[in-house]
Amino acid sequence: MRADIVVIGGGPAGLAAAISAARFDPSLNVLILERDNELGGILNQCIHNGFGLHTFNEELTGPEYASRFEEQLDGLGINYMLNTMVLNVSSGSVTAVNSNEGVFTVSCGAIVLCMGCRERPRGALNIPGLRPAGVFTAGTAQRLVNIEGYMPGREVVILGSGDIGLIMARRMTLEGAIVKAVCELMPYSGGLKRNIVQCLDDFDIPLILSHTVIDIKGKERVTSVVIAKVDSNSKPIPGTEQEIACDTLLLSCGLIPENELSRAADIKINPATNGPVVNESFETSVPGIFACGNVLHVHDLVDYVSEESSRAGKSAARYVSSSNTSVGAEIRISTGSGVRYTVPSIVRPDELDSDLIIRFRSTGVFKDSYIDVSFNGPKKIHRRKQIITPGEMEQVILKKEDLLNISGDICVAISES
Amino acid sequence: METKELTCINCPMGCRITVTMSGSEVISVEGNTCKRGDVYARTEVVSPVRTVTTTIKVTGGSVDRVSCKTKTPVPKDKIFDVMAEIGAASCTAPVKIGDVLIKDCAGTGVPVVATKAVGVNPED
Repeated sequence: MRADIVVIGGGPAGLAAAISAARFDPSLNVLILERDNELGGILNQCIHNGFGLHTFNEELTGPEYASRFEEQLDGLGINYMLNTMVLNVSSGSVTAVNSNEGVFTVSCGAIVLCMGCRERPRGALNIPGLRPAGVFTAGTAQRLVNIEGYMPGREVVILGSGDIGLIMARRMTLEGAIVKAVCELMPYSGGLKRNIVQCLDDFDIPLILSHTVIDIKGKERVTSVVIAKVDSNSKPIPGTEQEIACDTLLLSCGLIPENELSRAADIKINPATNGPVVNESFETSVPGIFACGNVLHVHDLVDYVSEESSRAGKSAARYVSSSNTSVGAEIRISTGSGVRYTVPSIVRPDELDSDLIIRFRSTGVFKDSYIDVSFNGPKKIHRRKQIITPGEMEQVILKKEDLLNISGDICVAISES
Repeated sequence: METKELTCINCPMGCRITVTMSGSEVISVEGNTCKRGDVYARTEVVSPVRTVTTTIKVTGGSVDRVSCKTKTPVPKDKIFDVMAEIGAASCTAPVKIGDVLIKDCAGTGVPVVATKAVGVNPED
């Protein structure tokens, strides 16, 4: 089998990347490989609204947002295969398996990695206690309620205040469950502010900060969990324990980019994001393999995934269409104080076709502070921000002409006033 | 004069808005960065509204439930009435995005529409 561009994953990133590649050069043969039985990825179970304000200037639910992209595929001649699991990726070749074809290999000009991310499960959190039924990741519970139509429990405690946890607090409440508390290890929520307002405050669900679950009780089914306050090193403080009766514990404790395929292909991974190191074109350390969406770094907004992925798809199309392999100067983007990571982390100014968008996350909560960007010396950007939190991605935009004549690193930092 | 602190929910910016009120009259709205924030704050302090999103039972479809929403926001205190009516209702496949599944939900005057397409179950 042969395709010009193979897109791995048919969620929001894969759809946007495939569409923009096909738009850039309609003669390209673009193929999406998706392991689920439908396109759309996690959007299918995100039935709440709030998607698309940036992309379509209206508020859509997840399935509606996905359909806006899916309905463009036929017109652009984009092919896709469902129920198809990719087993291996290397420069110019993708090996996959499904029930019709068995194991097969697609040779291709470029690959776009759009595998998304996974939730951190109980096993990765090392929560002590028994192993009864009733412990789910928030996303599993979301799938059960919204797609399968089953209620995973009636009295619920949620650990972690990431967006999926907050959304599920509301969803379970609407379906008649009692959500007793959302516990958050950190002294601030990892979720979007509006989700705290709409999902917790609206229903008087308490958000207990600086607390974690230290014990799960129950033999067949969860009967209670014990929570405790934690100190600044996240260690439980003796004497602060409280037991909460419940039959269900939902975990919303972070997302991990799913990079098994990338690692096996010897693609360089950034330890801060758990995603590939990419340049301004979203190209990884292996030429011709691009990455975008949550497999690259976890986003809080699908609109940003779509925007980023359409740039990655365009880069992949340009890579396949052009024989020009010249690469100009390479500039590193380094993280200064208060910045956990940036995407991209390398820029080749000559390769930019427009301004450079650098997205980043902070290491903590900063109030009345400044985002600083410097080019090996004086500050180029010094922008005041009322609040910066790790839960909300930030961005700075640099003009191409400003980048053409600089030497040394670009540094992104947060400074307090 | 009293002030109310709100977090705008129109977009992910989550602007912190301070509304100054005299009785039930809004004197000033501050802290919003766009016009939607101003509109939200003025409505939120007097009569808060929310879009309800949930699922509804489908018969004869390729799946058993289809996602749906109130076409426009409904009063916040009607959320559970809306949920109860949707919970007791069902629809028949095929369903297209935007199909009206309930004309006037829980006396709000607001219709409930499908947010996903569901095809007919080929085995039926």
